[in-house]
This record gives sequence, C-alpha cells and structure tokens, in this order.
Amino acid sequence: MDILVVHLLNALLYASVMFLIAGGLSLIYGVMRIVNLAHGNLYAFGAYVTAWAVGRALGTATEASLWLYAILPVGAVAAALLGALLEPTLLRPLYRRAEEYQLLITFGLLLILEDVMRLLWGPYPLQASALYEALGSFTIGESIYPSYNLVVIMVGGAAAAGLWAFVYRTQFGVVLRATSQNMRMASALGVNVNRVYVRAFTLGCFMAGLAGAVIVPQQGAVLGMGVDALILAFVVVVIGGLGSLEGALIGALMVGLVREAGITLFPEIELAVLYLMAAIVLLIRPAGILGRA
Amino acid sequence: MTTTAPRRTLAWAAPVLAALIALPFVVPPYQTVLLTYGLVFAIAALGFNLLLGYTGLLSFGHSAYFGMGAYAVAFIVKYAKLESMEAFLLGGVLASGAVAAVFGVLCVRYTKIFFGILTLALSQVLWSLAFKFFWVTGGSDGLRVPTPTLLGGAVRAGSDKFEFLSHRYYFYVLAVFVVAVALMWVIVHSPFGKALQAIRDNETRAEFVGVQVRHYRWVAFLISGMFTGLAGALWVPLNGLTTPDILHWTFSGKIVFFTVLGGFQTFFGPIVGAVIFNYLETYAVGHTVYWQMVLGIVLVALVLVLPAGIVGTVRRLLARPVRAV
Repeated sequence: MDILVVHLLNALLYASVMFLIAGGLSLIYGVMRIVNLAHGNLYAFGAYVTAWAVGRALGTATEASLWLYAILPVGAVAAALLGALLEPTLLRPLYRRAEEYQLLITFGLLLILEDVMRLLWGPYPLQASALYEALGSFTIGESIYPSYNLVVIMVGGAAAAGLWAFVYRTQFGVVLRATSQNMRMASALGVNVNRVYVRAFTLGCFMAGLAGAVIVPQQGAVLGMGVDALILAFVVVVIGGLGSLEGALIGALMVGLVREAGITLFPEIELAVLYLMAAIVLLIRPAGILGRA
Repeated sequence: MTTTAPRRTLAWAAPVLAALIALPFVVPPYQTVLLTYGLVFAIAALGFNLLLGYTGLLSFGHSAYFGMGAYAVAFIVKYAKLESMEAFLLGGVLASGAVAAVFGVLCVRYTKIFFGILTLALSQVLWSLAFKFFWVTGGSDGLRVPTPTLLGGAVRAGSDKFEFLSHRYYFYVLAVFVVAVALMWVIVHSPFGKALQAIRDNETRAEFVGVQVRHYRWVAFLISGMFTGLAGALWVPLNGLTTPDILHWTFSGKIVFFTVLGGFQTFFGPIVGAVIFNYLETYAVGHTVYWQMVLGIVLVALVLVLPAGIVGTVRRLLARPVRAV
C-alpha cells in the first residue's frame, strides 16, 4: 500500500514539472500560434541559473539554511527576462511569415542556447543538492520519502492554481484570451497585440524557468536536459490539446502516471509508450483531449 | 518551381559532374571522404524536399527513415552476415520504405504544425526503441558495420580502408547520387510531381480538379522516406557505426537545416545545402567546442536575411539583370 503512495507521489512530482514546462509551451502556442522548439532550453536555463545562484550563496558552507530557498525563483526570473528579450528581437519579425520559418528560427535558438549554457557554466553538471538534502525525509509506512519532492509538487499545484486565476480572473487574462481567440478582432478593439505577445511569451518562459528552478535541487542541471524535456512537453500538449492549459494539466498527469508505471513495469518501452500515446491521441482527436482545432 | 529547361540544366550539371569525377585525383583523400558525406546527406535532403518543397509538408521526423536505412544495414550484417553493398542498399530502402508507408498513413491526415509534431513523435518512438533495446541495437554504443564489397563482390576493400572510402566508395556513392538526382528530377517533373505542387499551392483546388490529395501525399511521403533511407544505408559504411543519435529528432532538424540552407523552393537547393552544411559543421566542430552556436547563428541569420537559401538567392541575383532588359 505505502509503495503505491510512493509511486503516486513520484507520478505527481513528475507531473508537476511537466505541467510547468508544457503549460508554458501551450500558453505560448495558444496566444501566439508559435511552437517554440527552444522552450526546453529555457527550462534548462532556469535550472542552471538557480543551481549557480545557490552554489554562490552557499559558498563554502555545506549546511543549507532556510533562507536559501528564497533563491529558488531566481532561475524562473532569469528565464522570463531571457524570454522578454527574445520575443521582440527574434520572433516578432516572423509572425507574418510561414510557420516553417518560425519552427526553424526556434530550432536555431535551441542550438544557440544549448551552447550559451555550455559557455557560461561549462560541460559538467551543476548541483544544488544541498537544498534537497536539507529538508530531510519522512516515512510512509515502511518507505522513506524525501520531503523536498513535496515542495515540488506543491509548487506545481500552486502554479496551476495561480495560472488559472491569472487567465480567468484578471483583466490581463481577459485580454490574453481575447487575443488567443481572435488576434485581429482584439487588435481592432484596441488591444496592443505586441504587448500581449511579449507578456505571454515572458509568462511561458517564466513557467519553464520555474520548472527548472524547482527540479534542480533534486536532479541537477546537465546539458541536453532541455532537448529531452521539450519532447516530453510535446507529448503532454499533444495529449491535452495544443493551446489549452487545462489540457496541459491533464496531459501532464497522464504522462506522469504512465511514466511512473512504465519505469516500474515496462522500463524498455517506457519512452516509446509515451510517444505512441501522443501519436494515438493525435489520430483519434487531432486537437488533443481538450484542444480546439 | 523549376522552370529551367532540361538542356540549360544539363549545360551546367555536366561540368559539375565532370569536376566531381576528377576530384579524388586532385584533392587529398580526407576532402573526398568529407564530400562523400556531403553527397550522402544531399540524397537525404533531396528526399526530404519532395515533402517540404514540392508537397508543402514540413517533417520534423526524417531521422526515422535515415536511421532505419542505417540500422537495416547493421541488422543485415549482424543477422544475415552479408557484406554486399547492394544488399545493404536494397535492405535500407525496403526497411525505410516499410516504416515510411506505415508512418505515412498516420501523418498525411494532417498538415502544418500537427504534421510536424506527429512525424517528430513517431521518429522518437524509433529512437527510444533503438536506445532501450540494447540487446538488439547495441543501445547507445550502436552497431558496427564492416567495409562492404561493391558490385556483387567485384570490388573489395584492400587493407587500407581510408583509401577504399576515398576512391572506390566515393565513386560508388557518386553513381548512386547521380541516379537518385535523375530519378527525383523525373518524379518532380512528372504529372505526379505537378499534382504534388498543385496540392502544395492550393489543396482545395487540387481536390476539385480530381487529385486524390491524401493518397498523393502518402505516395510522396513514401518516396521521400525511401530516398532518405537510401542515404542512411550509404552513410553507415562511411561512418563504420550506427548509433541512436541519427534517429534522434535533432538529426531531423539537421535535415531541415540542409534544405533551408540551400533553398527549399529550388530543385538543386537541398543538394547544395547538404554539401555546404557538411563542410560548415565539420569545420565548426574542428575549430570550436561551441559549434552548435555557430550553426544556430547561421540558421537564425538565414531565416531572417536569406529565407530563399543559397540557391534561391543566387538564382534571384542572376535573374535580376534579365528582368531589367
């Protein structure tokens, strides 16, 4: 029984991170109709920045004090700033062009960001495990479970709630949804579309960065983590529906559960099953479970 | 798309071919091997562009067919114990064709971004299988492929493998390349090719004049996959090893890169793009650890400044004085 709880918590942990990444990807697509292939790199960027900042703040001390947890969001803010910089400079000239070019430029961005991280932080993994260990662990029946994982799950849950409130309960949320539904009409009604785009992109990047920032104490930051995460985020948004936040939540939960089950029950084909799941959903419901065509 | 008369194309294609034949006798072997890689990638790009340039479908999963061609060769060596290059090519083309036939049925139901994501997801299925089923595929270590015999065993590799690759194998690849280019030229200029271009330009109108859009797309997908698989089969003996890297979606990104670099709105663009990309990547890798950044900057600059690619831009520059007259 307690084993099942542990598995469930692992699935939730994974789903939280996936929701943050895929939710950002989906938000950006929903508003701007751009599939950002460099989105995974913003997640990796958030992880690196947080790991670096924690390492700096920790200095030579080995014990992490509680105030260090205040540094965690640094990665998310850094990713958001990077996004705010990239959208007006690289993406804005392309909105009127064919979407092939939008994919290509974000692919170019992916290559560049991958090496920017190598340049800034070197080829070796960065750790922030002090934060992970400082919280200790608790027991579920006979199993021991790290407390930090609960922090990640809570951040994921809080992000989902916060995002829902932001999109459905604020003035900007209304503008965001209006632009997403009909960009021309919103523009005709006086919405500054450029400003909405840059904010939506920044918000999406913030979420990706937050995912990296909260997971880095547990997993560390390595080169290539962004590219791998991107494909899984694709699986999530394809299952849930490209452009739908609720869909990203459902997709993330499904991917989290299947992955956790896969690692325990069918490790060889765990990844293949995830990709096949995405392919099957696309075939039955091309727009995803909650997407609109 | 290609309005150049065949005769005019031949007029400059013949000297280029003559130069390619003379090349191994002039330049160092290393350069010839490098060019062999370029020609192999050119075949892959040629196949890929039948979808992007002629049918208007952007696949982000062509690593699947390249990789399938390569792994088919490795399996032929491992299980059938054959070393004949002709068997490799046949096996590679058939295997990638089989995969493309199945994936194609699923993918051609969609266009635009959904087509791209579906091709990507399916190619990742193959990647993860190659990665995880290590007792069959060798996992991340990959599978070794020995130097093959050419032309039914008539031409064999001597003791010097490099010499073999830079001469006999180069000419073999060149011959296959010429056949592939000629074949693709015939395909895109056939009524079938014209129908594909009609689908690309206006799907609804194409449907109305009686083109079976989905079926034609599927056939284009199949041909495209087989060309790319052929390239994969030619690539393995050159590399000596096949690893899951060539099945990963970032390799698909490279195939897209070749094609856009050369110019996907032209017939010869992808070929030029693949050869130039190969030089670019080799020198970037040789000179800096930050080669990905170099490639990324080139790609971003290309999209922003030269969206028509190298061949497209050159053609426009050449056409300008004519138009002024």
